[in-house]
Amino acid sequence: MAKENLLYSKDHEWVRREGDTVVIGVTDYAQHELGDVVFVDLPAAGKELKKGDPVANIESVKAVSDVYAPVSGKVIEANAKLNDSPELVNQDPFGEGWIFKMSVEQASELDELMDLKKYEEYLKGIAGE
Amino acid sequence: MNTLPKLIFELSREGKIGVGLNEADVPEEPAVDPELLRRELADFPQLSEVEIVRHYMALAKLNYSVDAGFYPLGSCTMKYNPKINEKLAAAEELQAHPYAPHDLVQGNLEILARLEEWLRELTGLAGFTLAPAAGAHGEFTGMLMVRKYLQEKGDPRRLVLIPDSAHGTNPASAHFAGYDVKEIASSAQGTIGLAELRPHLTPEVAALMMTNPNTLGIFESDIMAVADALHANGSLLYMDGANLNALLGVVRPGDLGVDVMHINLHKTFSTPHGGGGPGSGPVGVAAHLLPYLPVPRVRRQGDGFDVVFDDPRSIGRVKNFYGQFLVIVRALAYLMTLGRENVGRVAEDAVLNANYVRKRLEGLLDLPYKGPSLHEVVFSDSGLPVKTLDIAKRLLDYGIHPFTIYFPLIVHGAMMIEPTESESKETLDDFIAVMGTILREAREDPELLRQAPTRTPVRRLDETLAARKPVLRWRKGESL
Repeated sequence: MAKENLLYSKDHEWVRREGDTVVIGVTDYAQHELGDVVFVDLPAAGKELKKGDPVANIESVKAVSDVYAPVSGKVIEANAKLNDSPELVNQDPFGEGWIFKMSVEQASELDELMDLKKYEEYLKGIAGE
Repeated sequence: MNTLPKLIFELSREGKIGVGLNEADVPEEPAVDPELLRRELADFPQLSEVEIVRHYMALAKLNYSVDAGFYPLGSCTMKYNPKINEKLAAAEELQAHPYAPHDLVQGNLEILARLEEWLRELTGLAGFTLAPAAGAHGEFTGMLMVRKYLQEKGDPRRLVLIPDSAHGTNPASAHFAGYDVKEIASSAQGTIGLAELRPHLTPEVAALMMTNPNTLGIFESDIMAVADALHANGSLLYMDGANLNALLGVVRPGDLGVDVMHINLHKTFSTPHGGGGPGSGPVGVAAHLLPYLPVPRVRRQGDGFDVVFDDPRSIGRVKNFYGQFLVIVRALAYLMTLGRENVGRVAEDAVLNANYVRKRLEGLLDLPYKGPSLHEVVFSDSGLPVKTLDIAKRLLDYGIHPFTIYFPLIVHGAMMIEPTESESKETLDDFIAVMGTILREAREDPELLRQAPTRTPVRRLDETLAARKPVLRWRKGESL
């Protein structure tokens, strides 16, 4: 898993750059905390997003959680496979379990996300609470 | 009892009947057009009368309720409801037609008016609507009033702030009322103070929705400063009254600067509910929001009562007729049997019981937020060899209904214990002893907990499979 090249948000989402677009999913820590995912409510393509807007819903046996837009932009595509196989979020959170793809309005917003090292430190901070 | 009764269809045997009828001695006339009659008999189960009685008795014995034993889900789910309320709500004299002329139902109108007066006195708010049919319906009604008030002021706003410890209904209600929702993070103490509020307090903020005490059972002690800051910003303070049991008769939300709040009559004021009803979510408002209260409203007029149906600035109707009348009857009966001088003891005893449990379990379980507890205490599973779910399932083996688990979301593996005012010290001691046993088992034989429950008719369910691939009906020839 090339986790080193990903960016991370405080809401435990990962962001992978693909040219002018980004792919977003949740981290292994997030899927573990959520427990077994039973439903993912996906956004429609074309939806305009501001950074921090709720985009998708992940429903697990424990709770329903929002997935937030890590940057401003527009939804390009959602992972339709999750409609029938929400368990992909648990089984392969960094791969087949990706949630959606979006355009990036301002590349500078990506700078506010964490790299793997910072995210791992952030996780340590949570564990120490 | 450790087997599940068979389904009534599985008990069925061809030819058995419960009641035999004599041959008709008059000509048989089909009641419906023969064209419409079934050609084959429906596959109804065939049993004798006593078999049917035993079948339903066996099912009834599987029930667990607050009448059967301790139920640490608390008032947030349902506390013990005195039986006198049921008797009064069943009184034949009260069963009026909702279109009955008002001079024939003055007693019913008086019940509505008197409950409203009680609620005004207990909350310090200026007026109430009794119409909403549930807590979330009350939240929605309250937010519609906030919206209309701000619109009439010429300052419609976009945003509602909600703490991360809130009930999920808050964001849903604000969203349905047309607002965008912004979640704000609680402090390390689990509360919302000026430091948490200030960064979010923009001119776009219509209101903050705050639960007090919050879902951690902690009193929002900065609420008056928060109210002042909101008001200075032109924003309103909405209080979710789901946890009013902790304040009842002791603290008046109106004195804290609350502009709007809903109350769950079915929780705090004792109506048996569950599985969706019946509920009742009256909404109280401060004086500046009075014009927006829904219609109809009952009003004292001389010695009697009349009903206002038309109020130009009202947000209009939110429910047909007058709300959930018989829940309102129970709430008034509850308050009148307690009496004004005893209402405060509900809160005092509820807080005392929660703190007793906290004190006795504090050394055994992690307590992530250590502020003073009011009516409930929230522990976490941190440091334990098992998970919260395992402890909850093991409680079933000891015949105790588990407490609320995995809520509030800001606590990892939350165990939320709310005993309520009704439980005796002896009951709490029994519960605490069982918790002690379970936590010892967790250390000595954690696998025992992971396998729990072992003494119930149904063992641990595969909740994931049930959610992903639910089987919603039984089919003949398939075994369960």
